[in-house]
Amino acid sequence: MNYIRRFLGIVWILMAIVAGYYLIVSQAIPQFQSGNPDDLVPAIVYTFVLMPIISGGLLVFGWYALKGEYDEL
Amino acid sequence: MAILTSAERSSKGLWKVIGASSLGTLIEWYDFYIFGSLAVIISTKFFPADNPTAAFLSTLATFAAGFVVRPFGALFFGRLGDMIGRKYTFMVTLLIMGLSTVAIGLIPEYKTIGFMAPVLVLILRLLQGLALGGEYGGAATYVAEHAEPHRRGERTSWIQTTASFGLFISLAVILLTRKSMSDEAFMDWGWRLPFLISIFMVIVSYFIRRNMAESPIFQKVKAEGKVSKNPLKESFGNKFNFKFVLLALFGAAMGQGVVFYTGQFYTLSFLQRVCNIDFDQTNYILGIAIFLGTGLFIFFGWLSDKIGRKAIMMTGMLLAVLTYRPIYDKIYQLADTNTKQEIVDEFKVAKKEEKVLHGDYGAEKANVTTQHRFYTDGTQQDEIKKEYLDTSTGKVIHTDHAISIKLSNKAMWLMVLLVFLQVMYVTMVYGPIAAFLVEMFPVKIRYTSMSLPYHIGNGIFGGLMPTVATYLVARAQSANTLAEKAGQELPFDKPYLEGLWYPIIIIGVSFIIGIIYIANKKEKEIAIISPKEN
Repeated sequence: MNYIRRFLGIVWILMAIVAGYYLIVSQAIPQFQSGNPDDLVPAIVYTFVLMPIISGGLLVFGWYALKGEYDEL
Repeated sequence: MAILTSAERSSKGLWKVIGASSLGTLIEWYDFYIFGSLAVIISTKFFPADNPTAAFLSTLATFAAGFVVRPFGALFFGRLGDMIGRKYTFMVTLLIMGLSTVAIGLIPEYKTIGFMAPVLVLILRLLQGLALGGEYGGAATYVAEHAEPHRRGERTSWIQTTASFGLFISLAVILLTRKSMSDEAFMDWGWRLPFLISIFMVIVSYFIRRNMAESPIFQKVKAEGKVSKNPLKESFGNKFNFKFVLLALFGAAMGQGVVFYTGQFYTLSFLQRVCNIDFDQTNYILGIAIFLGTGLFIFFGWLSDKIGRKAIMMTGMLLAVLTYRPIYDKIYQLADTNTKQEIVDEFKVAKKEEKVLHGDYGAEKANVTTQHRFYTDGTQQDEIKKEYLDTSTGKVIHTDHAISIKLSNKAMWLMVLLVFLQVMYVTMVYGPIAAFLVEMFPVKIRYTSMSLPYHIGNGIFGGLMPTVATYLVARAQSANTLAEKAGQELPFDKPYLEGLWYPIIIIGVSFIIGIIYIANKKEKEIAIISPKEN
């Protein structure tokens, strides 16, 4: 079970990178560049709220899992 | 490990503790929800009416602002709660919430004070979010620290009922207010009453809470001089604790929050905006389903003391992932008049001239044409066309179209069942989570540590759910419309179900993390000091 926990750490790290790319490149940047004031709030939420929590949080979680911090809790 | 003995734990007056904590939390949820429940009306009052969709999205954004700010409230008040005590902190949050709610009910409309109206609404909504961020962790911790370890799930589940029951009360108050006056009066000023009556409930709750004693475990920690000097640093700067914060967030609170907001809020939005079901009927459907489901919070809280928190929460998440699409598909079909047999002889058209109450589009009058259709299964559909007239020339300056569907009794009860299923999932994931989170962290940093993952899971992942799902549905419908115009094959078979990908993916990830990394513990003595110090 600990092997699976550690292996999945890689999956969470990859997921964090994909989520970060999606939130910033696919969502936030086009909305910042659109010039539409209605797009500004979602762009800020993507960049400063969702990205750090989803991407940053998942990245650290994945790293801890990979290092065996969650073995036999 | 330093543990409180049974003798030290206050057993006398435990119900008073649960009652006082739950009442205050119930009021806070009520205050928080009436804004969401009246979102459609509020959008016409505080945001420019030129574009109703933009106005609605603005309201949802404000709604989201109330949610996004919750984790900051969790940090701010959690820190206070771990340093000066649970009781004083959740009394402050109660007052902030109550006063903000009353103030929203007093703000003049956009047409009266212009841009200041939405700005004030936004500020007060942010204050509500901050207060809520501080309230829940305090109440859950306070009750858990009074409860017997083998009944902690059951005892804290009373706090858990308040989130759904607060929504139920908010819907009931809104319905009663609507029924007690004309539609025009409700739209004009009646919608303010649910906000204003909050002041009475807050005063009562404040005086009840004022007479409560501090948590016995916190008192002991304080007497021993073990209170944390910097709860934020100890919670999030300490790797041992921070890894549990992350696990609580991704393995439990994230999925729980999305199940919660899908089952109670997205379903309301879906019924009203996608299925076009009558406003009152949707509130009845949701209200009945929540009322029937409220007892299940206690049941699953109790069951979590017997078989473990994880087993129940993970089952709830799995059921949600597997059944959301069929449930929402059935909901849509029940309201879809395209598949029903119309009674052509009963078709009626009614025309009337109506006074425009709020000066929308600068008009004073509007021509309203309503086409009433009746179907063999008892469903009724009103298709309403509202033409706003220019005051001087009498020409049509704007036209609104709306559809309102009233389901037959049979369909309505089927709908109640489908919503009830979702509420049951909510009770499975939400009933045991307070005990689960409290048991994860040591007392000196518990308020801070458990509040943050809870409010990120609920406030951000859950709170943004209706906005994201509404956007996904609108995008799919728009893509279908464009393809239809171009004579191409439609890219989405069922565009109305596209919004469900958000909850399915988020809950699915949370389920996998929870099932693999979280241990299934039934009860655990509450550690007073950090596990690292043991």
